[in-house]
Amino acid sequence: MSALIKEPASTERLCPRDEADVVEAVRWAVSNGRTLDVAGSRSKAGLGRHIQTDATLELAALSGVTLYEPEELVLSARAGTPIAEITALVAASHQMMAFEPMDYGPLFGQPAGGGTLGGLIACNLAGPRRPSAGAARDHALGLRAVSGRAEAFKAGGRVVKNVTGYDLPRGLAGSHGTLAAFTELTIKVLPRPETVETLLILGLDEAQAASAMSAAMGSYYDVSGSAHLPADIAALVPAVAGAGRAVTALRLEGVKPSILHRRGKLEEMLRARGELSFLNEAASLTFWQAVRDVEPFAATVTSPRGGEVGAGTAPGEGFSSATSPSPPPLTVGERENILDTAPAIWRVSVAPMAGADVVAALRPLGARAFYDWAGGLVWIALPDGTPRSAEVRAAVAATGGGHATLVRASLAARAEEVFQPLDPVTKALVTRMKDGFDPARVLSPGRMYAGV
Amino acid sequence: MSGLVMPAPKAEVMARRAEIIADLRAIVPGEGVIDAINEMRPFESDGVTAYRQLPLAVVLPSTTEQVSQVLAYANANGIPVVPRGAGTSLSGGALPLADGILLGMGKFNRILDIDFANRTVVAQPGVTNLGITTAVAHEGFYYAPDPSSQIACTIGGNVGENSGGVHCLKYGLTTNNVLGVEMVLISGEIVRIGGKHLDSGGLDLLGLIVGSEGLLGVVTEVTVRILKKPETARAVLVGFPSSEAAGACVAAIIAAGIIPGGMEMMDKMMVHAAEAFLGAGYPLDVEALLIVELDGPEAEVNHLIERVAQIAGGLGCQTLRASTSEEERIAFWAGRKAAFPAVGRISPDYLCMDGTIPRKALPEVLRRMEAMSEKYGLKCGNVFHAGDGNLHPLICYDANTPGELDKAEAFGADILLLCVEVGGVLTGEHGVGVEKRDLMPSMFNEIDLAHQQRLKCAFDPEALLNPGKVFPVLHRCAELGRMHVSGGKLPFPDIPRF
Repeated sequence: MSALIKEPASTERLCPRDEADVVEAVRWAVSNGRTLDVAGSRSKAGLGRHIQTDATLELAALSGVTLYEPEELVLSARAGTPIAEITALVAASHQMMAFEPMDYGPLFGQPAGGGTLGGLIACNLAGPRRPSAGAARDHALGLRAVSGRAEAFKAGGRVVKNVTGYDLPRGLAGSHGTLAAFTELTIKVLPRPETVETLLILGLDEAQAASAMSAAMGSYYDVSGSAHLPADIAALVPAVAGAGRAVTALRLEGVKPSILHRRGKLEEMLRARGELSFLNEAASLTFWQAVRDVEPFAATVTSPRGGEVGAGTAPGEGFSSATSPSPPPLTVGERENILDTAPAIWRVSVAPMAGADVVAALRPLGARAFYDWAGGLVWIALPDGTPRSAEVRAAVAATGGGHATLVRASLAARAEEVFQPLDPVTKALVTRMKDGFDPARVLSPGRMYAGV
Repeated sequence: MSGLVMPAPKAEVMARRAEIIADLRAIVPGEGVIDAINEMRPFESDGVTAYRQLPLAVVLPSTTEQVSQVLAYANANGIPVVPRGAGTSLSGGALPLADGILLGMGKFNRILDIDFANRTVVAQPGVTNLGITTAVAHEGFYYAPDPSSQIACTIGGNVGENSGGVHCLKYGLTTNNVLGVEMVLISGEIVRIGGKHLDSGGLDLLGLIVGSEGLLGVVTEVTVRILKKPETARAVLVGFPSSEAAGACVAAIIAAGIIPGGMEMMDKMMVHAAEAFLGAGYPLDVEALLIVELDGPEAEVNHLIERVAQIAGGLGCQTLRASTSEEERIAFWAGRKAAFPAVGRISPDYLCMDGTIPRKALPEVLRRMEAMSEKYGLKCGNVFHAGDGNLHPLICYDANTPGELDKAEAFGADILLLCVEVGGVLTGEHGVGVEKRDLMPSMFNEIDLAHQQRLKCAFDPEALLNPGKVFPVLHRCAELGRMHVSGGKLPFPDIPRF
């Protein structure tokens, strides 16, 4: 549609109170040829391609946990339920969303702790525990949603094991609101580990780190997070800045006797590779949050109304966290101005051993990077707002394949391809899926791919 | 078979059989096309032997290019295609069609790449589930999903059915362990989705393909993740005086934050059948028996075994034994794993059902199943993947007694409807296939099913891939594509709207 050439920043806000309202809103859009930007609390509005729509469909008012049965490991909540509310609720029963949802707040210069369940699933976010526990999609059990046909439908169920019909909850995870607007989701929740510690190897280069992380992940010792921070990045993370060197971190979670046993075994295994150090529970929690939320690349911004937003990027600056007082959020315009000039950020997913090769190819462009998922998830910052897409995609392709997603860049850059470009056959397939679910192109058209 | 109605064979396809077979031979030469009736017999049914049908022809391609050409040919000529792995489906997913090509993927039997550093294996779809584990066992790795047919079932079939196994509460189903596929669409086009990396940034097509029961495409290559085999595994055998107490124990273990590698429950009938079959040493005076397996580093396993024993003791278990050797652990499992053949010994035939329920509903479901058992006059035993609520009732019947299969099927349908009624689902791991196809409306209304079928339409607009499976009514895609939306006034004039 013509959504891309309308006035900037949609002003019309539709705030449905229930699923019937969502159906009405979509019906209105379809009947009148209008487009809707499907959103929760807009905490991740910066993700995906930049689009202009006639209105924003804000689902934040569809809020509240509708079912939580800790012993069944399931939770259902309306799509607009704050992630923070769910995290706190399940924590009281010693449970968690095991995929460790990442928080894009710091990266986008917004307060941490925002976001809704619907947005989390729509963006299929996951954190350092992804390799061992799965992504958001692996925990999406059921949903209710409204498609671009202005029809409410359900898929999946509310039990943890279900193969009845197509796995739409999984398939719609990661659809960024382009196929349907979620109204209610059921997810799997899991017990929280009793405690956590982190084994550090100091001073490895990136190839050595990949090898060490591979050995650890391929060991008996249940490593639930493995990240590598080159020295310049480690210096930005308070929990490990004191090391003064590159840091390779291996997380151990579970019951205390098990952690002690595993740590001992891993120390034996890895001692020859470099000097070992260790983070206790408190330091581990802040360290893995910094990795999860890409705090080293957080937008340093000064709000025109005073007060710093987000975390620092220079050594020695403080870090934002969910507990620090949050200044008033920036307006959309203010934020976009900031992100226009901030370093472009890429999220690259490749085979774990290939991460360092991607970064090596981009170093000449001034890339700074660090690694999660044993090397397979690479966060790359390029020196200014220029995304250098061709070079990044070529570096990923050279490793044998993977995905590069431009997660922070100027509006102009985000009007181009943001997700990994699809081959023509897959693009046609995805277009036919859009035809099926949203034939009139009313739901966030173009958010993922032009014309879809 | 009783009331199963499959799509009517197309007369124009049937009439062209000889010509079609000749054309297929040009694509897959030599012994790759089978058309003699006696040679097609082995393909006429899968694990659900109550349903049988000879296909138009059996085609056994050995390259992706051949698969592509066969599908393009079928697409151009309106011929249905039923993909088949090892034919171990327990839902009739590989049941042939009289006017359809049965596409057997057995010749795709090579492992293409083993990458220990990235912890992945790339396999052709005809490699058996256990074959992957065998190929990596020398380095201490394994492929986690372990359906009980794992000796025979193929990874391609596992992708089609999203197969599970006894360890999937902790390690996930197939979908959680597949990283990528190469797949041929009905158009003959070849797509690659995923790879050795995790999560595409975009739409999760892989998540839709896994478990799609052969209705979206034919998988020609699969990339899976492999895991290090746990250092230690120990099992505890716990007997309870009631299924309620056993169920309470399962809930308490999970509430204590413990996710066992496996947690199985057997009812009294199954305990007795297994014990009579191979003398596993199960206690015979219990109403319900739990096998709880803890795996991981030794220190952790020993610690958790203690805690499980405490929990079970606190809930009034009658017997409790923890395995002290690998032999003993295997013996604990032997009875459970022999549950099906054990029932085969006490009953000429049985139907294996596969519903999932919220675990708290177990006592109610068991009570009502007992009542159904009396109503139908058929015995029914239960094995239960207790951790994830996946119930496998085994309905005993005798196919030689007129009407008994129909009764058994009606009993099975009642059980599955009961699962849905208490908040569960029709199938936890066996798939819908033809077996549960007509029960789909009990879970999904027409709009729900139409949205699922629109996904099908995106992949296979003429509904040529495995028609007659999963969907009770296959609407034409053109009909599903139309949109009728009326209205159009903005009913909420204030801002913020609503």
